[in-house]
Amino acid sequence: MTAQDKFFWLMGGIVAILVIASIAGRLIGLRVSGESGLAVVANLKARVRAWWIMMAIFAVAFLLGKLATIVLFALVSFFALREFLTLTPTRAGDYRALSVAFFVLIPVQYYLISIGWYALFSIFIPVYGFLLLPSLSVLIQDTESFLERTAKIQWAVMVAIYCISHVPALLLLDIPLYEGQNALLLFYLLLVVQMSDVLQYVFGKLFGKTKIAPVVSPSKTVEGFVGGAAGATLIGAAMWWITPFTPWQAAGMAFVVVLMGFLGGLVMSAVKRSLGAKDWGAMIKGHGGMMDRMDSVSFAAPVFFHFTRYFFTP
Amino acid sequence: MWVSNILIGLVRLLVGASPRWTGSTPSRAQRIYFANHSSHIDTVALWSALPAELRASTRPVAAADYWNKGAIRRYLALKGLNAIFIERTRSDPSVDPLRPLVEALERGDSLIIFPEGTRQMQALPGPFKAGLFNLAMKFPDAQLIPVYLENLHRCMPKGSILPVPLICTVRFGAEFRRIADESKESFLERARGAIVELA
Repeated sequence: MTAQDKFFWLMGGIVAILVIASIAGRLIGLRVSGESGLAVVANLKARVRAWWIMMAIFAVAFLLGKLATIVLFALVSFFALREFLTLTPTRAGDYRALSVAFFVLIPVQYYLISIGWYALFSIFIPVYGFLLLPSLSVLIQDTESFLERTAKIQWAVMVAIYCISHVPALLLLDIPLYEGQNALLLFYLLLVVQMSDVLQYVFGKLFGKTKIAPVVSPSKTVEGFVGGAAGATLIGAAMWWITPFTPWQAAGMAFVVVLMGFLGGLVMSAVKRSLGAKDWGAMIKGHGGMMDRMDSVSFAAPVFFHFTRYFFTP
Repeated sequence: MWVSNILIGLVRLLVGASPRWTGSTPSRAQRIYFANHSSHIDTVALWSALPAELRASTRPVAAADYWNKGAIRRYLALKGLNAIFIERTRSDPSVDPLRPLVEALERGDSLIIFPEGTRQMQALPGPFKAGLFNLAMKFPDAQLIPVYLENLHRCMPKGSILPVPLICTVRFGAEFRRIADESKESFLERARGAIVELA
């Protein structure tokens, strides 16, 4: 099968699943009564609708090619960073650092991906961004919680720009016998992460009893995690044919993605709570904000990228 | 108008400026929206948070010494925002600076005004000038709607050119009621309180 064929099979499969989900939402909506039940169904429907839209956007970006995908993720970083920094208490003295984060770091990081300069892409933010941001703020001479402010901006930049940029960076990898198919790998990553999120939610709703970290994330349960992780790993293994991996390798990679995604969800939830918010934003109806959708991706993407690079490129 | 669409698109991309109506709903009734003023994009943010069909008849009041300076700013203010200029420094004492505002209200337009008269680099508004009171008394049928612009003081601190993209919500509050025979000071303090309450 060519990359194009695989892409259309994949799309067909996802559309079929979404059609089933939409119909299920309708049917459940007809049966459920009571306020909390209706609220759950309304949330479900909003989520499915948002999935359709996200799916359409990704499909269009993939069909348009590499540059469109990179621009798409630059925008994702932009909106994620905007949400993160909106919740972060900054002061007037942070203005320059914030401007640079939005208008310099995002474009440069994604430009480096577009020209395929791996060496600089991988250190640009951890080295140069890290050192530049506090240097810009220090000249304003506002020492009031200087370390806290700087650290929070650096964290926001690392998660929203650096980590998320590893999704389109998958397009950079030269994997033998997989030329021209990297877009599928990108899709694979997102699919496994999102299936893991959905299945953990579903298993948690059905069987959830033992909470893992009730203070950080009341909805995460051991049963939900085990069921969701096993389900998403299986799905990941079953999708091996769109990846450069064998079925067993695909299962292993999917498991790594699931685990990192789970940790990302927990950590970002704790970060959100320490900033005093319940949702990152209200951008995607039913899902909260961009960061609520990207929290697991931001942790899974860099590790998936480096595992693939280490084990599957010469 | 394409200039308006570009301005609105830019503001939405940068700060979101999504509306939240609490206590009032969008309406064609004649209104005076009054808001806290903390940045240069306040006007566009509030204006673009209104439904499109209300924007045509809702006119922001812009300081002449800033917006009427230079061809680009004047063009943006007049063509993009359909703004009305107000002179903040009175050069000729016989001319009422509120004149252009009164004329617009007489025509039936709604207004957006920033009663502090100048930008405050903080979350809460400073003391109000008398303009709001004078207009409210002259046009007793116009609804007074308090609006709180969240976060914009963080987006554009003094001396900045480009706004930092932080999400701003535009909160429209319940209609502010006039009390018969109320003094100017008490009216203005209550009006300021109505915005603080939304914060």
